[in-house]
Amino acid sequence: MSDSIRIRFLSTSLIVGFFLLWEVLCILLNVSDLVLPRPSEIFVTMYDRFPVLWPHILQTLSSTLIGFALGVTIGVTLGVIVGTSKVAYAVAYPLLVGFSSIPKVAVVPIFVLWFGSGTTPAILTAMVICVFPIVVNIATGLATTEPELEDVLKTMGASKTEILWNVGLPRAMPYFFASLKVAITLSFVGAVLSETVASNMGIGFVMMTASSNFQVSLVFSGLILLALMGVALYAIFSLLESRVTGWATRGTEIAVT
Amino acid sequence: MNMTSSIPAPMAKPAPVHPRPAIELQDASVVFGAGEKAVTALSPTTLRMDRGEFLALVGPSGCGKSTILKLVSNLIQPSSGLVLIGGREASARELRIGMAFQNPTLLPWLTIEQNVMMPLKIVEPFKRTYRRDKRGAYRDRVHALLKQVGLGDFANHYPWQLSGGMLQRSNLCRALIHEPDLLLLDEPFGALDQFTREELWQIMQDLYLDRAPTVLLVTHDLREAGFLAGRICVMSARPGRVISDEPVTLPQPRDIATIYSPEFVEMTQGLREMIAQVRSS
Repeated sequence: MSDSIRIRFLSTSLIVGFFLLWEVLCILLNVSDLVLPRPSEIFVTMYDRFPVLWPHILQTLSSTLIGFALGVTIGVTLGVIVGTSKVAYAVAYPLLVGFSSIPKVAVVPIFVLWFGSGTTPAILTAMVICVFPIVVNIATGLATTEPELEDVLKTMGASKTEILWNVGLPRAMPYFFASLKVAITLSFVGAVLSETVASNMGIGFVMMTASSNFQVSLVFSGLILLALMGVALYAIFSLLESRVTGWATRGTEIAVT
Repeated sequence: MNMTSSIPAPMAKPAPVHPRPAIELQDASVVFGAGEKAVTALSPTTLRMDRGEFLALVGPSGCGKSTILKLVSNLIQPSSGLVLIGGREASARELRIGMAFQNPTLLPWLTIEQNVMMPLKIVEPFKRTYRRDKRGAYRDRVHALLKQVGLGDFANHYPWQLSGGMLQRSNLCRALIHEPDLLLLDEPFGALDQFTREELWQIMQDLYLDRAPTVLLVTHDLREAGFLAGRICVMSARPGRVISDEPVTLPQPRDIATIYSPEFVEMTQGLREMIAQVRSS
């Protein structure tokens, strides 16, 4: 118990220390505002401009979450198909690896070409970028299910669907939630990426505009907001993970309680 | 062991219509692979079991004991010959089967109660009313059975919180909860220490005498076979076939002290010598 409190205290100090060091170095080395604004300036700007920034935050978040939801739906479906059939696994794998190795930045121009600039490419980029880790994890979770666990249900005369629902999917849950943490962060990156290229809304757009107007502290405000949102999304899914799949990480659970 | 239980013994049910024998293997063999790489797991074997019988299959490792269990439970199909369960082919069986493996194979994300309840969710006719009864009648039934094997206080624990012996008891409960006509046991007590094993033998005997299912037990423990079974079949080394088929004449229920009696020792000695012979040949 005391260990976890100490770790929390230390990581908070590390974050505070990072900003303090930044502030101090900027003052000592006399760094120009146009190159690297001090954290205090950035936070003041963030506070002053918050009413303007708020709709953009919502825009980025909603693009991320819609894209993520679509990506999860597609990813789970593909993962189940690929993971339950050895043939499908072998057949589909090269194509999946091929898709995954395309840098996702490269798809943004295509989405813009098809749908014009705006929200749609942001959602689609967020979707495309998060599908692959989910597919791979669901498929791996299903494919690595111990045959003995399935045998237990087979001897009861369970159907394939019953085995999938009662053994395969619960067994794949830790893999699924681990991939969700990665996927939500990727979706977020995808949405912002698309916003910086082709949009008139969202934090990505704000940062691009601010940088072309040399409002450097606003650019950094956007950056820090992105970091905060990213951490928040990650934290939400970590919490969800430990709630749902505690059985798989019981070792650490015992240590905490 | 206190045998007062709220679970009705199968004797109280209307007599099942399944014809005798319960299990019949007619020249059933199993070959894995094909061509030169083919491995014979089981030579053509003929074996009959009557309803309500407790048969133990003993033999050296790799002789095909577990293969017979897998045939009967329809996890694998015979390469030749027939496997009849209650007069039908194993794939079309109507008998309810309960199976316990050497590993407890409880699902780690479910509590003991949920694990033991699993057959009621899967097996007809229980699954029809599963949604309605899982918090009522089925729950009571699971708790009564867990209590019977001394796990009454552990229903809400997860498998990792229990010892090996407790897991194996839960495993037996899961194999029995849906009142199977046929109970298949694949060395379920193999990985336990001597005291826990003897304790579970007694629990197993009580459950058997209470419910009278047909039991097929695979084991390499001769005392276990002699203590529990009504009939013992010895199998030869790979590829296996049945070389001896003898009834156990000791009256049931048997006391654990029985296994130190002269008749018992003589019987297990005889089996031991037979297995030693087939191992060396």
